[in-house]
Amino acid sequence: MALAYQLGLKRSVASAGGHASIRHLHSLPSYYGAYAALWCGLPALLVLGFWTAFEGNIVTSVLIGYLPEAVQQTDPQRLNLILNDIKNLAGGNIVSANVDPAMQQAAASYQDLLSISAAAKTVVVLALGILGTLWAWKRISPKFRARNAVEKTVNIFLIVCSSIAILTTLGIVLSVLFESIRFFGKVPFMDFVFGLEWSPQTSIRADQVGSTGAFGAIPLFAGTLLIALIAMIVAVPIGLMSAIFMAEYAGPKFRAVAKPVLEVLAGVPTVVYGFFAALTVAPLFRDLGDAMGLAVSSESALAAGAVMGIMIIPFISSLSDDVINAVPQSMRDGSYALGATKSETVRRVIIPAALPGIVGGILLAVSRAIGETMIVVMAAGLSANLTANPLEAVTTVTVQIVTLLVGDQEFDSAKTLAAFALGLMLFVVTLVLNIIALRVVRKYREQYE
Amino acid sequence: MEQTMNMSKTTAEPAFDVNSSALADRRVDGTVGKIRVDNPRMSTTDVDVYYGDKHAIQNVSLDIGQNEVVAMIGPSGCGKSTFLRCLNRMNDTVAGCKVTGTLLLDKEDIYDPKIDVVPLRVRVGMVFQKPNPFPKSIYENVAYGPRIHGLITSNADLDEIVETSLKKAGLWEEVKDRMDQPGTGLSGGQQQRLCIARTIAVSPEVILMDEPCSALDPIATAKIEELIDELREQFTIAIVTHSMQQAARVSQRTAYFHLGKLVEVGETNQIFTAPKHKLTEDYITGRFG
Amino acid sequence: MADSPQKLRTIDIVERNLKKRYHAERRFRLFGLLAVVTGLMFVSALFFDIINKGHGAFLQTFIQLDVELTAADIDPQGSRDPEVLRKADYMGLVKQSMREMYPEVTGRSGRRDLYAIPSSGANLYLRDLVLSNPELVGTRQQIWVPADDDIDVFNKGGSTDIETETGRGIASPSGASGEISVMTTTNSFTPILAEVKENLAAQAAELQRDMKRLESSLVSLDASIVEMDQQIEQAQNTNPGHLQDLQNAREDQVNQRELNRAEIERLSARAEDKLKRADTPGGEEKLSSDLPSYLLKINGGLVKVDRVSNVGIFGRVLLPLDSANEAGDGNWQLLTLETPEDDRRMKDQMIAWGLKLQDQGRMEKRFNTTFFTAGDSREPELAGIGGAFIGSMLTLAVTLLLSFPIGVAAAVYLEEFAPKNRWTDIIEVNINNLAAVPSIVFGLLGLAVFINFFGMPRSAPLVGGVVLTLMTLPTIIIASRAALKSVPPSIREAALGVGASPLQTVTHHVLPLAMPGMLTGTIIGMAQALGETAPLLMIGMVAFVVDLPGGVFDPSTVLPVQIYLWADSPERAFVEKTSAAIMVLLAFLITMNALAVYLRKKFERRW
Ligand SMILES: Nc1ncnc2c1ncn2[C@@H]1O[C@H](COP(=O)(O)OP(=O)(O)OP(=O)(O)O)[C@@H](O)[C@H]1O
Ligand SMILES: [Mg+2]
Repeated sequence: MALAYQLGLKRSVASAGGHASIRHLHSLPSYYGAYAALWCGLPALLVLGFWTAFEGNIVTSVLIGYLPEAVQQTDPQRLNLILNDIKNLAGGNIVSANVDPAMQQAAASYQDLLSISAAAKTVVVLALGILGTLWAWKRISPKFRARNAVEKTVNIFLIVCSSIAILTTLGIVLSVLFESIRFFGKVPFMDFVFGLEWSPQTSIRADQVGSTGAFGAIPLFAGTLLIALIAMIVAVPIGLMSAIFMAEYAGPKFRAVAKPVLEVLAGVPTVVYGFFAALTVAPLFRDLGDAMGLAVSSESALAAGAVMGIMIIPFISSLSDDVINAVPQSMRDGSYALGATKSETVRRVIIPAALPGIVGGILLAVSRAIGETMIVVMAAGLSANLTANPLEAVTTVTVQIVTLLVGDQEFDSAKTLAAFALGLMLFVVTLVLNIIALRVVRKYREQYE
Repeated sequence: MEQTMNMSKTTAEPAFDVNSSALADRRVDGTVGKIRVDNPRMSTTDVDVYYGDKHAIQNVSLDIGQNEVVAMIGPSGCGKSTFLRCLNRMNDTVAGCKVTGTLLLDKEDIYDPKIDVVPLRVRVGMVFQKPNPFPKSIYENVAYGPRIHGLITSNADLDEIVETSLKKAGLWEEVKDRMDQPGTGLSGGQQQRLCIARTIAVSPEVILMDEPCSALDPIATAKIEELIDELREQFTIAIVTHSMQQAARVSQRTAYFHLGKLVEVGETNQIFTAPKHKLTEDYITGRFG
Repeated sequence: MADSPQKLRTIDIVERNLKKRYHAERRFRLFGLLAVVTGLMFVSALFFDIINKGHGAFLQTFIQLDVELTAADIDPQGSRDPEVLRKADYMGLVKQSMREMYPEVTGRSGRRDLYAIPSSGANLYLRDLVLSNPELVGTRQQIWVPADDDIDVFNKGGSTDIETETGRGIASPSGASGEISVMTTTNSFTPILAEVKENLAAQAAELQRDMKRLESSLVSLDASIVEMDQQIEQAQNTNPGHLQDLQNAREDQVNQRELNRAEIERLSARAEDKLKRADTPGGEEKLSSDLPSYLLKINGGLVKVDRVSNVGIFGRVLLPLDSANEAGDGNWQLLTLETPEDDRRMKDQMIAWGLKLQDQGRMEKRFNTTFFTAGDSREPELAGIGGAFIGSMLTLAVTLLLSFPIGVAAAVYLEEFAPKNRWTDIIEVNINNLAAVPSIVFGLLGLAVFINFFGMPRSAPLVGGVVLTLMTLPTIIIASRAALKSVPPSIREAALGVGASPLQTVTHHVLPLAMPGMLTGTIIGMAQALGETAPLLMIGMVAFVVDLPGGVFDPSTVLPVQIYLWADSPERAFVEKTSAAIMVLLAFLITMNALAVYLRKKFERRW
């Protein structure tokens, strides 16, 4: 491509009649270079990308064609194993099964196929690059608007990039929705949303007892809400009060130290909180409970919720800080001028004025708490338990998604599909919360702008 | 600022040559006119205000008499608001603001460390340039002061205070049917009168008004001026204004500020008809400002 | 209301209420301060906890073995062929050396415990040594190998506190091995006996508390049975269908009451027995494994105290004594292992062996290079974060390569070129919402689309990187747009004014000015990606990966996932490893965030 760039550059200069008369060109020479480079690189890279993406599948299907009939007839899983062995063999690794001549042969042909494919790929890509360069070369002339052509390409690239966010959302919605619909084909929607029992462990054989499993998600929703509620009870007062203290009371020195330290909490990965919850806080609560004669589960909702609350404190406090600082000074002045004390001003003027923003922030935090995964995976329970007692173990939507999908899985079982249905619920709920929260916060901002 | 401190204290004589030219950038070293009155409500002597390094008010001495309206005029940035805010210690809320000098309210030094700002601000209320009603109902806006100070013992008391305050502020007729609507929903002039009602609801002794009409149309302005005239009977009022007509209409005495100094003070009539100081004259005849 | 007496009253009322109001003011302020302090306390508790648990992992215990590198075992043919050397049974040599060191250990299970002292990866050290220097075959070498994780924990003081007290009087052992008694001329063991009795009393008290609890539950059981009787009576008249249920329930309660009564009897008998023993002075008491262990160090050996009286003990020899001679005043010691044997993985015998290694200077702590270079392992002492670290770097590299250009391009388009229409509005709302979608949902997307639909490999950093790219894009786009917004329009106008095309304006003038802001956003996004776990679990990056990954297609794991995996392991030594891995991760994250803050400060511009 660098070569093509140089070529394009030279060509443009030459066509204009040498360096002296560059100004006859429509665009700067470098644009002609870039134009040529684009023509050289883009088609070739596109083909390369597609080739690499589909190479594996195509080669494998050709390889299957080489295998003996008997092998081809076996079920897909075994076939996969055999294919794996062959690939390993070709790569010179140890394989599980004994190596028979047929496999040897297959491995050899696999290697052949791979090298053919690689060679073909090189040739095609190179050829495309050269062709592209030639095409560009031919088109370069003083009148040619290289700049516009290049800018158009760049523009398209920019548009594609900014659409990726949309594509991601679309991807999320489609993938989750698609699998969920398949799930609701097996388990009625109403049973899922209103069912009171959750035990997704289907047994291996269909004729065993309890083979169907139960997919009532209410206990999961309840557990999620319980933990989120505990988290909010911890995070909202502490976060809000510390934001108020920082904004209205703390001296600049204190603030300069305390604020970044508190914000460290926001940068700590959730897996660390999970570790803290599971190995420090949960045992602590259990021992405390023992000392007070209370039975506290070692996976209590309280421990997970409390630690989640700690995680959310900086979130609440920085959002509240923003909205409190957005309350205009004139509002404070009005209150002080009437002889109000600081706390009266805060409680009776600033907080009511900032309330919409604070509520929006809390909603965002709730959505955070509902979607939080690692803390609950590590510190909350695994089995569904419909209770409001924070000392017991409960499980959550995210925990179930993880347990259902981590480890071995068959992709068509109700079990795995259930995870996607849960994912759909999670996505919808958090999305709605976010939309409302972002609306509220924005409305609030506009009010004081 | 190595000026001699005793020079401007009580002297009513000009301390420098009034006829000197290029006055805009000359230091003004004293105040022309009568800064003292017979029955002062508030009395300030040698007030200096600093915002960090900036010397915003220099050596200002001024009395505000019982039941009189004192107007403060002067070009933008000359320190009128700053001086006004000193009078009920609103400058305490500004970080880095330092006030020196003597400020007396009924012979009590309001900057005495023993003085509490809360009762002080009850006695000296303030209305701001931009109306700043709280995001509460009209009723709650007016009820705010009496509530926080515990001035009322029953809801009926409160209703009465709210009603009389709104009546005094001339807003009652307009809002009596929508007391529970947000105060921020009123028009600018109504909001300003609401803020005045809010201030008089705690029955202060002195009311400070910082350009209360700057955001208002002539009709609303006229209403407020009328109001000021009525309020004068019960309160002592200091008002900052950019409108000389307004100063002439509502005030008994006028003080002219220039670049942080009090240049001239006197009977409003005299200031507007026969200013003694060149700067004052220039300002009121519209030569600059 | 504003007439003069009223005025007086107003200010009086204010003054009167003032005290209460200032009280409330102080209380409110205190609450605020408390909230901040609580938050700060959480930070310090978190960090203290992790550093406290993890700092030990940076050192690792090594033990020195005398290994006979017998030619017959390693290379019988004498070919010195690396293949042969590689395959030799080095573990056998390690075991041999352990047997030589503790010849007194003969039993099968004793041997097994003994072999557990060096790490199960010790053979690899021998192998590497021999491979790098084949001449050593046939010689006897002193070799340092890593110790097993339990020994490691013990050596770092993690299994129990050990207190040493010098013995007074003359102690005379009855033998040098097996079960022996040791008598002294003083009341040396009175404190132990006292402690045992004290403990008996405490146990008795505990039992009595349990009894109390049961008794109170008896009361409530009695009450509920009475209540049920009433219900049954009522049901007989009104609801016969329900009667059976009620009767069954009552039956259960009655049974429960009987069980409780029996339990109370049992508890009371045990408590009484313990109390009696505790109250009678002297005599002989047996120690139990829920009490601290006492070891007698005498004549170069160790005896574990089983039974104790004021003047003597009876116990089992853990390390053989040199002789059964009397030990003079001050020549023997009493060791107390504070943690009861029941509460630790290291049993007394192992501790005795460990103490011997320490005494001989054969045990030392070295900097733990394994932790930084090795991949995962089932054995804590062989496990490291090297593999996870490389995995993290590969994943992050993919994320950075994809998300930075895409994020910047998207931001540039939306901020500089996009027409303001519905479409860009949708994109805008969409990006804001995407930033708040739970990360696990991105994992579902990755699983469904990249792995199941496109058939990309599971556990690969490539897929992880792509998923994290989608997750961090909103952060980067939002930050980049803010950076672009902060470039004043005057600069654009100036550039456009001299005839630059919009694209040139952006690339030559706007982008360089916005770059620090964009970099800051990208670093923050990368820090987010580095700490992310949940979506990677979904796409199978939880594999147990021993080998260091070599490329973006190799199965690998990342630091946070490694932390998750280790946190799940029951071994105590893994707790230390987990905390240390967290320390490394946090160090990276804090550095990245500090860098972002620094960048922002440095390039902060006021226009
Ligand atoms: N909070 C502050 N910090 C620093 N300087 C200030 C502050 N408030 C005012 N000043 C400065 O003090 C001087 C006087 O300001 P002040 O607001 O009192 O002027 P003013 O006479 O009220 O003007 P205007 O008629 O425009 O309201 C000005 O130069 C201003 O810049
Ligand atoms: Mg002003």
